[in-house]
Amino acid sequence: MGAMSDVIPYAPDDAGAPPSLFPDYGSTVARSPIQPLVRIPQTLTEVTGPSAWERLMGSALADLTTQHKNAPQGQRIVVTGRVLDETGRPVPNTVMEIWQANAAGRYIHSKDNWDAPLDPNFTGAGRVVTDADGRYRFVTIRPGAYPWGNHHNAWRPAHIHLSLLGPAFATRLVTQLYFPDDPLIEIDPIANAVPMPYRQRMVCRFDIGVTEPNWALGYLFDVVLKGRNQTPFEEGTHDD
Amino acid sequence: MTIEAESRVTALRPDNQDPTLFGQTPSQTVGPFFHYGLPWKGGADLVGKSDMGARPELFPEDHYVLNLSSPNGTPNGEVIEIAGRVIDGNGDAVPDAMIELWQANAAGRYASDDDMREDVALDPHFIGFGRASTDADGIYRFRTIRPGRVPGPGNSVQAPHLAMSVFGRGLIKRLATRLYFADGAGNDVDPVLNAVPQARRSTLVAKRRDGAWWLDIVLKGENETVFFEL
Repeated sequence: MGAMSDVIPYAPDDAGAPPSLFPDYGSTVARSPIQPLVRIPQTLTEVTGPSAWERLMGSALADLTTQHKNAPQGQRIVVTGRVLDETGRPVPNTVMEIWQANAAGRYIHSKDNWDAPLDPNFTGAGRVVTDADGRYRFVTIRPGAYPWGNHHNAWRPAHIHLSLLGPAFATRLVTQLYFPDDPLIEIDPIANAVPMPYRQRMVCRFDIGVTEPNWALGYLFDVVLKGRNQTPFEEGTHDD
Repeated sequence: MTIEAESRVTALRPDNQDPTLFGQTPSQTVGPFFHYGLPWKGGADLVGKSDMGARPELFPEDHYVLNLSSPNGTPNGEVIEIAGRVIDGNGDAVPDAMIELWQANAAGRYASDDDMREDVALDPHFIGFGRASTDADGIYRFRTIRPGRVPGPGNSVQAPHLAMSVFGRGLIKRLATRLYFADGAGNDVDPVLNAVPQARRSTLVAKRRDGAWWLDIVLKGENETVFFEL
């Protein structure tokens, strides 16, 4: 039997993981390490994470369209799905934080100088918590595309930023959700840092069942976090 | 009509719901505009007495929907300040990064369902998770408790450390690292520090400076911080 402190490690990045350095996305050039990452043994530090996150982050804010006096401008949408680990098991009671631009593609941020209108009725931030089956659901407006300074005539595809803690330091994930049939995805250096076909994992699916009559279009999006094998590693029994 | 239908089929691509693509959701950058979405007031104060960590000047007050943390008591242990500058490959400060911290309490217990050691006490006033935006000068700053030692692989004991993640514009993936203390017991036998080439270990070891434990995070170049593959 292994010592009490032996832990079950989480899987490494899979084939869909982007590199840190992707020169087409210019900001990566000065901000990506040259040295290779150092492989460390996962310990209790890496396989644990905050369980009482709600005390820090607060309760759910699942409707981004009702945070102000009036309804925001734009197309109301529902986004729903599950948070799973890569073995297919649901990740219950975990927080997903959400932030995005408004319908015109403008962020409520003083450094965003894109000449599109701010919407006083839209902040674009929220958070949801997964249920026992890993399900979540939030309501927002579809964000707009916007230009950025990365290269001549660069435009970001419409996207929603998603941040998940998952159960452990090792499962931390920040990603972006993209929309189907958006021609900007394939010319976007940030999305393109993820090789095909894995890039398509970040594209949600329109779903008429999620769509609510006379109210909102519906999209499905599952988030898959790193998983681990059920069997603990036992000292002295490995043969690799 | 037939041509239209065919071209539509050709245009279809697999998506998030396609079972043949099932696997880890890829990482993407937080971008430059995360401040109204992630780092809450007090997020960098794990002792819970201030607004440290947020950049509320970067968005209008009536758009603040992040949590307002409400401290409910004082954790046990030595209160310390952790600080440093995030620096890019040109030697410039990075004013739009965010650091996350995860650590054990003073007794060496994680406030996590996955730390099941009942012989080490939880602290009801300490969670051990925090977030700090870098300021206009690229400086991050946390107030926290000096962590106790936690077990490592086999029968080893780790030196006191904090796990840190670096996020920011230009960082497609978070960068994972650790902060150790220059006077930390067991640094010389720590199983993670020992996995790092000796010449680079000092990039993980904070030193005393102006009352804080100071550790710069160098994303690229000379004295580049060691980042981990977990």
